[in-house]
Amino acid sequence: MGSVASYFGRLGGKEQKKEEERLFRANDRPFNLSYHYADNAIKTSKYNLFTFLPLNLFEQFRRLANAYFLFLMALQVIPQISSLSWFTTAVPLILVLSITAVKDASDDINRHKSDKQVNNRMVKVLIDGELRNEKWLNVQVGDIIKLENNQFVTADLLLLTSSEPLNLVYVETAELDGETNLKVKQALTVTGDMGDSIDALAGFKGEVRCEPPNNRLDKFKGTLTLDGQTYSLDNDKVLLRGCTLRNTEWCFGVVIFGGPDTKLMQNSGKTTFKRTSIDHLMNVLVLCIFGLLASMCAVLAIGNGIWEVREGSVFTVFLPLEQGVNAALSSFLSFWSYVIVLNTLVPISLYVSVEIIRLGNSFFIDWDRKMYYPKNDTPAQARTTTLNEELGQIKYIFSDKTGTLTQNIMTFNRCSINGKAYGELFDFSGQRVEITEKTARVDFSWNQLADPKFTFHDHSLLETVREGNPEAQAFFRLLALCHTVMPEEKKEGELYYQAQSPDEGALVTAARNFGFVFRSRTPETITAMEMGRTVTYELLAVLDFNNVRKRMSVIVRNPEGKLTLYCKGADTIIFERLHPSCNKLKEATIGHLNEYAGDGLRTLALAYKPLDESYMDKWRQRHHEASTAMEGREERLDELYEEIEKDLLLLGATAVEDKLQDGVPQTIEQLAKADIKIWVLTGDKQETAENIGYSCNMLREEMKEIFVVAANTTEGVKEELQNARRKMCPEAAEEPSVKKARAGLFWLQKTETVQDEKVDGDYGLVINGHSLAFALEKNLQLELLRTACMCQTVICCRVTPLQKAQVVQLVKKYKQAVTLAIGDGANDVSMIKAAHIGVGISGQEGMQAVLSSDYSFAQFRYLQRLLLVHGRWSYLRMCKFLQYFFYKNFTFTFVHFWYAFFCGFSAQTVYDEWFITLYNMVYTALPVLGMSIFDQDVNDRWSFQYPQLYTPGQLNQYFSKKAFVLCMMHSCYSSLILFFIPWAAMHDTVRDDGKDLADYQSFALLAQTCLLIVMNIQLCLDTYYWTAVNQFFVWGSLAAYFAITLTMYSNGMFLIFTSSFPFIGTARNSLNQPNVWLTIFLTSLLCILPVVASRFLFIQLRPTINDKVRQKVRKEALPAPAPRRPPARRISTRRSGYAFSHAQGYGDLVTSRRFLLKLRSRPPLFTQTDSPLAQNEPQLYRTIAEDPEESQSP
Amino acid sequence: MMASSYNAKDEDGHITVSGPGGGTLRSKKPENTAFKQQRLPAWQPILTAGTVLPAFFIIGLLFIPIGIGLFVTSNNIKEFEVDYTGVDMSSPCFNCSQNFSWNSTRPCTCTIPFYLDQPYESNVYVYYGLSNFYQNHRRYVKSRDDSQLNGDVNSLMSPSKECEPYAFHENKPIAPCGAIANSMFNDTLELFYNDPNGTRIPIPLNTTGIAWWTDKHVKFGNPGGNPNLTAAFQGTTKPVNWRRPVYELDADPGNNGFINEDFIVWMRTAALPTFRKLYRIINKKSSMVPTLPRGNYTLEVVYNYPVRSFEGRKRVILSTISWMGGKNPFLGIAYITVGSVCFFLGVVLLIVHHKCGNRNNSADISN
Repeated sequence: MGSVASYFGRLGGKEQKKEEERLFRANDRPFNLSYHYADNAIKTSKYNLFTFLPLNLFEQFRRLANAYFLFLMALQVIPQISSLSWFTTAVPLILVLSITAVKDASDDINRHKSDKQVNNRMVKVLIDGELRNEKWLNVQVGDIIKLENNQFVTADLLLLTSSEPLNLVYVETAELDGETNLKVKQALTVTGDMGDSIDALAGFKGEVRCEPPNNRLDKFKGTLTLDGQTYSLDNDKVLLRGCTLRNTEWCFGVVIFGGPDTKLMQNSGKTTFKRTSIDHLMNVLVLCIFGLLASMCAVLAIGNGIWEVREGSVFTVFLPLEQGVNAALSSFLSFWSYVIVLNTLVPISLYVSVEIIRLGNSFFIDWDRKMYYPKNDTPAQARTTTLNEELGQIKYIFSDKTGTLTQNIMTFNRCSINGKAYGELFDFSGQRVEITEKTARVDFSWNQLADPKFTFHDHSLLETVREGNPEAQAFFRLLALCHTVMPEEKKEGELYYQAQSPDEGALVTAARNFGFVFRSRTPETITAMEMGRTVTYELLAVLDFNNVRKRMSVIVRNPEGKLTLYCKGADTIIFERLHPSCNKLKEATIGHLNEYAGDGLRTLALAYKPLDESYMDKWRQRHHEASTAMEGREERLDELYEEIEKDLLLLGATAVEDKLQDGVPQTIEQLAKADIKIWVLTGDKQETAENIGYSCNMLREEMKEIFVVAANTTEGVKEELQNARRKMCPEAAEEPSVKKARAGLFWLQKTETVQDEKVDGDYGLVINGHSLAFALEKNLQLELLRTACMCQTVICCRVTPLQKAQVVQLVKKYKQAVTLAIGDGANDVSMIKAAHIGVGISGQEGMQAVLSSDYSFAQFRYLQRLLLVHGRWSYLRMCKFLQYFFYKNFTFTFVHFWYAFFCGFSAQTVYDEWFITLYNMVYTALPVLGMSIFDQDVNDRWSFQYPQLYTPGQLNQYFSKKAFVLCMMHSCYSSLILFFIPWAAMHDTVRDDGKDLADYQSFALLAQTCLLIVMNIQLCLDTYYWTAVNQFFVWGSLAAYFAITLTMYSNGMFLIFTSSFPFIGTARNSLNQPNVWLTIFLTSLLCILPVVASRFLFIQLRPTINDKVRQKVRKEALPAPAPRRPPARRISTRRSGYAFSHAQGYGDLVTSRRFLLKLRSRPPLFTQTDSPLAQNEPQLYRTIAEDPEESQSP
Repeated sequence: MMASSYNAKDEDGHITVSGPGGGTLRSKKPENTAFKQQRLPAWQPILTAGTVLPAFFIIGLLFIPIGIGLFVTSNNIKEFEVDYTGVDMSSPCFNCSQNFSWNSTRPCTCTIPFYLDQPYESNVYVYYGLSNFYQNHRRYVKSRDDSQLNGDVNSLMSPSKECEPYAFHENKPIAPCGAIANSMFNDTLELFYNDPNGTRIPIPLNTTGIAWWTDKHVKFGNPGGNPNLTAAFQGTTKPVNWRRPVYELDADPGNNGFINEDFIVWMRTAALPTFRKLYRIINKKSSMVPTLPRGNYTLEVVYNYPVRSFEGRKRVILSTISWMGGKNPFLGIAYITVGSVCFFLGVVLLIVHHKCGNRNNSADISN
């Protein structure tokens, strides 16, 4: 449609000449309007009231099936060919067209609505020297508009001024290009000097010349002429529509492109439509059917030729040849006549019915209360209605971690202070008590500054702290001082922390609640409230975190002048640097740490060290030298840090829980039972990812081995992958076994499938982003895939959004399996779009993931319901539908084929034309729809009970080419019965009063009645789940058949439409004959008996899992859900490392003046020469831009 | 459980768009109806040994007696068939079949003697049968005008195009038009009983009651209210092959014109190229005497209808009927066969079920 619209658009546009260059003046509407640039109104709707009919019809006839039926109708106009009346194809076609038209119309109405909603958003526009609220659609090129923080950019703007220093503006472009990091735009200084002065802006008379509208997001060329001076403009000075303003109070810009000219709109409309594998299969099958149709017609045409020569030519006494028609021509004509008669082979209503079924199943997903999340009032949503059955065939799930598996909430859960563990509750007998929502919380009300949202359940810890236990106080003091969190206290007592990682936030908040409140910091000091007393520490140094060090320290001087180094870090690292006197404490702490690790908590060890003033002076001097050194700065600093961070005194350890979403381990277990492989792709670091792997049961202690691939060269990665593979499967061949096949339309598409290999035992694979980059290269990707597929669990950490998509594509390409990607953040968009099915977790990080997803819901655990229940049912229903639908149409059509041999290949139909017209649309439409909308083999609870019911879908067992061929053979058999039994029974038979019964009309009636009854019984056999609706549809259809037939064959109809209803009286005269009914009975039985017998035999001899469960359902009640066991205590020697989820600390920033000032209010035109951007140091600048969203994206 | 603002997401206020008038907060929780939650009460039958096996046995036991009944009924029907096409030199109609012409004024008659070895007790139905006659050919089937046959005056004078090339003859509309009417069977059959004493007794043949009631009274009708058919068909011409116009088919005005039953029977086209059509009925006279006693008979045929050209056959069939119509042993045999197969299958399935079914069904589902 898009192309049609654009075609018409182009027709209209031809009158104007193509825009070569855009020229406009700011604040000069009359001048700009003379160029007729598009204003900012957008229009994504396709039709309006008048264009709807022609455009929609045109669009619909571009579909193969519809075009084919149009072609058939054209054929029917030719009298020599017309073997059926026009209405036999016209009625179904009109019905199909109108159903589709109604759907398109409602879609378009929605688009109209959303256009209207977007067009009516308000924005501040500078008009006549004052800011006015205007609707978006009224914004014109050349207008100056004001944007505020978190607003969408209205149109493509030239940035003029901003609230930020250096006229910077931060924008999020995820909606535009899917990239997640904030981007910086900078205005020209000459415009930036205007600030937010309305007068200056109103007097701004710049003239802009630039390129015409185009869709290149990363390019912009133009010039700004101001007071005779010309400045060049590039992409850095342009804000694009679709971005969102972030971390910027306000900015002003002048509109360059509006509405349809914006780069966003120029880029839109390219969404690739996902199609399910059944769709593809259906296309192939329809093509096969065309082939079959052509060959059947050819056979019959040849038959006709022979008949004409042998019989027709001598039968001319009674049936003269038509003028100018010889045998060859007659054969040719009969080919086309048979194309018409056998047209029902190509099911016109197939596509419409498939759409209806999918729509119905999508509604069931929307309506499911068990996928509704009450906490934020989010129901599940099927955003795409065309992919449902694919949900029943998922083989690989790619999951994001943060926000998807976890809630992205860190809670301070336990701690070990001076060898004593806190945080757990025990009952009188010493048994561990599970902490639930109802467990009494510790009351922090004594502390004015406590965070009310913080909860803790162990009262003893607070008591210990309040009693004045020095270790406990030191412990929390450390937590309050050793971090890089930024406080924000807008009102007295209302404290907010800006932490770059949620872990740090959790720890600082814990300290806050236990009476050590971190209140403010300057580059040199840290102010804290310690048990109600304000204490200011002098901050001497921040020994920052990085991946190698896995620890961070601060060196502070307390008001008494005592120097202390506080250090927190990965336990292994800290323990190496402890003073020998701590050994006993270390043992106790290790014991606790093992417990915490066993519970999947993220742990940190805390230590301190008093420092000596003179040593410190020297150290500081060396530190200064090192940090200003030109060469080897990093190494020298590291050495210095290493030197001072030793002989530490252990304080204890913290355990932070990265809270999993509810039911994640159970869901993963269920999905694993359904033989779905889950790969976690996360931006997190390896330790964090592994940790989550353990806590959600993907990685298990009892796994034989967990391979970690973390090499930095291609060879290294290759070797590690190969080693892992050899270990798992020593006997496997070196080369992956790749099965090459051809698939798709005309078998043009080559596919390569890497075969699965059997592996004993469970293995896990963890691979990091660096290695993944190498592994995804062409020469290694098969190796990666092979190794990864042998493992039970695959975790990829520190992956970029692009890599996520690449991994998905790799599996898609070489496994020919159906993939699902689930994520919640903008960094998951690429993988959601790449996978066959994308699922967005709604209500967490924002909407990008949801907007590009096909299904969305609020909690990861709903995935099992979506797949194991809805997906499975959808797949089952769709397969049943297709099988039945093809069966019904083939059988119907094949009967004509057999009859051809008895009617001189003359394209005489077996059935009444009205029956042909109504068969698909009226007599058989509803029962099959009823079955394919309501059917369920077993209910949802049994589906959960036996997740392995899901596997047939993955193996494509219910509908494939093989099933199609079987279905065709079945039809062939049925049609033989349906033709030859009535044929034999009616041969030379007369009525019980001696009158005619073997006439054409009675025979047609008999054949069609048999057919319809057989079809209905077959449907009954296929239906597993008989609701009242199904009963109504089945019996209703049969009743409707007899009612309609009797009506159409009645005297009245004949007398009114004499030539249309020549079957008058046939029903009455033939359906009162016992042998007619005996024939019907016999025919139906012969069609059905083999089916019943073979199905029964299969159930007996080779029952499928499905059969077994259905048997079981019949015999037994559903076992009660297993009581939720409290998680067994695991003691793990595997301990998490430094669990902070950031790569590099931002100690530099904490101590940098610029950063602090940025967070506070600052003079608007603050210029800072030492800002990283001004010095054009991309390295550092990226750290700023990346870090805030580093914690948000993984 | 966590402090609020270190979650970077909290601060980026996504502009959530509230719909028009979206002030009221209605929960989006889906309704709890059985339909929407897919919990509609339902009957879930499955194929178990308990249903399938008895079904097979019952069908078997039901079908065999029905089949036997049908077979016996069919066998009890008396039917006599004689082919009078005259293909063989020896056939009495050989001569007639050789020199045939549509327009010959001199009718060719042939006499076929036959012997009934059984008396025919009830009504006897006389059929003519044609073979290899494609009455079901598409062009043949549609070559008629139902409106005309229904008595529509307009269609009478301007027959439908479907009738071509038999719509007009010498610029006059043909009544009845079309290929079907044109090819109407026009042999005359007469039946004589050869009394043992040598006299030939003509057997009275009923010409009415051979067509469907609906055909005779609804579907077919003479044009206009004019009882004078000659006037009603004024301006039309007879079909090319016919010897007489349509209004001279019978002397009885109730059986003349379009409602002539021979004509109606012919117009009900057969489904298959071999068919029989009811020609006459020999009514039973009294319960004492058989309608057709055992003995010698003579069939006299006025041989008009040409079938030799397309290797067709003409037959005459005398048949009694039963509640299930004419003689057709197929249904009986089919029922017996199907019944036996069913029974046999039932036994096989029972054995299979005993041997394997229990093992497979009791086996637990591996988890």
